[in-house]
Amino acid sequence: MGQFSYFAGEVVLGLSALALLLVGAFGGKNSVSFVRYGSIIALIIFSFTGFVLNQKGTAFGGAFIADDFSRYVKALIGLSAAAGLWASRRYFKLANIDKFEYSILMLFAVLGMGIMVSAGNLLSVYIGIEMQSLALYVMAAFNRNSSRASEAGLKYFVLGALSSGMLLYGISLIYGFTGTLDFGVIADQLRQGQHIHTGIIAGLVFLLSGLAFKISAAPFHMWTPDVYEGAPTPVTGFFAGAPKLAALALITRVVTGPFGNVPEVWRQVIIVLAVLSLIVGAFGALTQTNIKRLMAYSSIANMGYALVALAAGGAAGVTGMLIFMSIYLVTIVGIFACILQMRTRDGAVEKISDLGGLSQSNTGLSIIFSALMFSVAGIPFFMGFFGKWFAFAPAYNSGLVWLVVFALLASVIGAFYYLRIIKTIWFDDKVHDFVTPSRSLAFLSLTSALLLFPILLLPFVAVPARKLIETAATSLF
Amino acid sequence: MPILSIITFLPLVAAFMLIGMSKMTKAEGQAQIEKNAPRVALFTTLAVLALTLLLVFNFNTSTAKYQFYEEFSWLGGGIKYRMGVDGISVLFLLLTTFLTPLCIIASVRSIKKRMLEYMVAFLILETLMLGVFCALDMVLFYIFFEAVLLPMFIIIGVWGGDNKVYAAYKFFLYTLLGSVLMLAAMLWLYNFSGAVLGAENATTDIRTLTKLDIPKGAQIWLWLAFFASFAVKMPMWPVHTWLPDAHVQAPTAGSVILAGVLLKLGGYGLIRFSIPMFPDASIYFAPLVFWLSVIAIIYTSLVAYRQADMKKLIAYSSVAHMGFVTMGIFAMNVEGMQGAIFQMLSHGIVSGALFFAVGVIYDRMHTREISFYGGIVKYMPMYAAVFMLFTMANVGLPGTSGFIGEILTMIGAYQVNPWIAFGAAFGMILSAVYALHLYREVIFGEVRNDKLAGIKDLTKSEIIIMAPLVIMTIVLGIYPSLITDITATSVEHLIADFSTKIGGN
Repeated sequence: MGQFSYFAGEVVLGLSALALLLVGAFGGKNSVSFVRYGSIIALIIFSFTGFVLNQKGTAFGGAFIADDFSRYVKALIGLSAAAGLWASRRYFKLANIDKFEYSILMLFAVLGMGIMVSAGNLLSVYIGIEMQSLALYVMAAFNRNSSRASEAGLKYFVLGALSSGMLLYGISLIYGFTGTLDFGVIADQLRQGQHIHTGIIAGLVFLLSGLAFKISAAPFHMWTPDVYEGAPTPVTGFFAGAPKLAALALITRVVTGPFGNVPEVWRQVIIVLAVLSLIVGAFGALTQTNIKRLMAYSSIANMGYALVALAAGGAAGVTGMLIFMSIYLVTIVGIFACILQMRTRDGAVEKISDLGGLSQSNTGLSIIFSALMFSVAGIPFFMGFFGKWFAFAPAYNSGLVWLVVFALLASVIGAFYYLRIIKTIWFDDKVHDFVTPSRSLAFLSLTSALLLFPILLLPFVAVPARKLIETAATSLF
Repeated sequence: MPILSIITFLPLVAAFMLIGMSKMTKAEGQAQIEKNAPRVALFTTLAVLALTLLLVFNFNTSTAKYQFYEEFSWLGGGIKYRMGVDGISVLFLLLTTFLTPLCIIASVRSIKKRMLEYMVAFLILETLMLGVFCALDMVLFYIFFEAVLLPMFIIIGVWGGDNKVYAAYKFFLYTLLGSVLMLAAMLWLYNFSGAVLGAENATTDIRTLTKLDIPKGAQIWLWLAFFASFAVKMPMWPVHTWLPDAHVQAPTAGSVILAGVLLKLGGYGLIRFSIPMFPDASIYFAPLVFWLSVIAIIYTSLVAYRQADMKKLIAYSSVAHMGFVTMGIFAMNVEGMQGAIFQMLSHGIVSGALFFAVGVIYDRMHTREISFYGGIVKYMPMYAAVFMLFTMANVGLPGTSGFIGEILTMIGAYQVNPWIAFGAAFGMILSAVYALHLYREVIFGEVRNDKLAGIKDLTKSEIIIMAPLVIMTIVLGIYPSLITDITATSVEHLIADFSTKIGGN
């Protein structure tokens, strides 16, 4: 096996993408379902290879790292992508764009994310990001007959290209001043207490800016609301989950790997990003009427919370970030499974007011939707609260008290707009009768709501899960 | 047997059962489910009441230790599932389980829509309230404390009056804003315990945290953060403005629970956290709390007098009565603390009863305007008698439970600052003014309104609700030792512990 076992998951993904592409190309319309389920299986295999093979080490001369961190993050990414793919079938069918290419693009995007998460070299950082992004651009514009979707795709592409430019510029600066692309060698050069050349700091700022664009952290968030609104809903749901985690994992790798010895350099950048994201996320969402736009601002705010944990630094901070993001991913899958169920006889609706009086026509969906909203608002008794608790505790311990208090206040403002959805569901007059959802959507929304209900808090789940995440986080140090 | 967990989670199980049954029933069976939901809820809450009574009878009053202690590993890192009761919390459990069945009986007639969901919300609410009083772990406490907002938000928002959405929002956001500051303080405490006891022993155990010696500078901030949360919940003047809105819009049973139990969470929190954990800061801030309390007592009494809406009047009177509670707690002697606990329990019964009483005539006439009524003693003699008793208890007439709490808190406060006791006594006079005003306008006087003709006296189910409340009000007024005997050991221990901490510095 040798080095191969380190990147076996990616190989499986790449080969199955190529094979399924051929199947789709020759099979035409009839093969769409086959390609989809094949992709789902490939994604699930990808998620678990890291755990099954249980191999740790580096490949390609240090450019690709397989460790506890990468396998945990990849498992989350793979599973949420599989869930997203499974949930998308009916939407695409009814929108008349049920094409096999979507599944293939998803596989390539996840492949890119796998490379990002395992990056051990500035070049593999760039390759991973570009691979992921190019697939995502196309997915955003997947409904090419819709001008809004095309606009979303174009906007995402142009701004994405800009951010790639910044990223590359940052990489080139770092390369220029250190003479290497390898994370380990950079780390050796940047020792604690030593003078750090301004050029390296400038490079790091550019690098982080480019990455911040990918997690839509303010002030690089401009594209998010438009893309979220314009893209087909299943795509939006996917955007809100896996790519965010992948980019955050990459940021984590960069700040703990090459710049791990000099936390004072990157910490201020992360803090600024966190504070701005919290502000933009909290206030931007207040006046939104479209639920997808609302979720865009919500994801900006949530990235702010994740960055608060990351700003704490150390294994504790990374643990907090991973716990927060794991819970966030479950929530996002559930919320978008609910949003996809907002469909009347005349097609999908996406205004918040369309949810009016849902509790009178569909109690089950109302309870699930409300539970998810309470959870993402961070109200105790739901997992979202524990996500915040574990994200804020390390930041608090590392002395960032003001940041935590600030984040808590932002979460109160956030609670207001999540409550508005609950208010619309329960208190308003009935607007629509939604059609019966497909089984996959009902299953996904119910499962994620159940997971967020304190089932996970039972000790025999919570303690091992926490241990797993802690091992993942410590493997970075 | 983990009896506390059983008591706490039994209503939750029943709530899930109700949802499950309704999901499994076809459309034609739904009416039957709606009809049976209150019965299921009633039997569950009665069972919980019986278990709680059993608990109280088995409670050992000679020790200040936490009893019926349960501990399970939970989230790791020192955060465990810890439950237990002492003399201070055990009676609040009883208060909660005592009021909830009455609320359910009262709701059967007054709730017109979505009975099943209403009962589910109420059962969940009971679980959460009981959880607050049982929790011995800070994180667990916070979860229950905060989660109480959810069912209450839904209860006000769905079954409330005309302006329900505004009231529900105001209630939710006010209390949430207060609580997140407490969360920040809890994070600090968690971190601090790790710093003192070693990182691997970091804990959120309330008992361990109480023993820590926290530096005075930090105490000030922590005290303020906790106070922000508890003061809103109490509510203390000037953060009380959510209460009248919430009360007026909530359905009758919602108001009863709000006044009867939810307001006590703040006072309970002050006794459980602020006093024992931050003694220096408590001493430092005691004058502030005293003056806020006295302002609350006098000012809100005056405001109450000028209200045109019966529920609003009682809501403002609740703020005034909670002023006695904070005054008693921060007197920091045995009398004051005993009085505060007694006052909370008594107010839970009396104000709950008053809201029930308002609900009785509201169900008949669909208005709470004081000027609408007048002279209903002619038609409802029994109601007039019951209302009289609760009005007197609200004023604090000797022989009713209201008197004991107020006199004890005033004795406690007098030892610290006579002027405060004087202000509170003045407030008692004002409470007589507004309470008797309400009684005279509604019950006595000319019948000014023809619509009142033929209004029916108390029905059988209303008598069932009122009887236990009447009995409790009188029994506690005549024989207060029923409560003070149970609380005494824990309160004395609390005060002794407090004094040594203060003396040590």
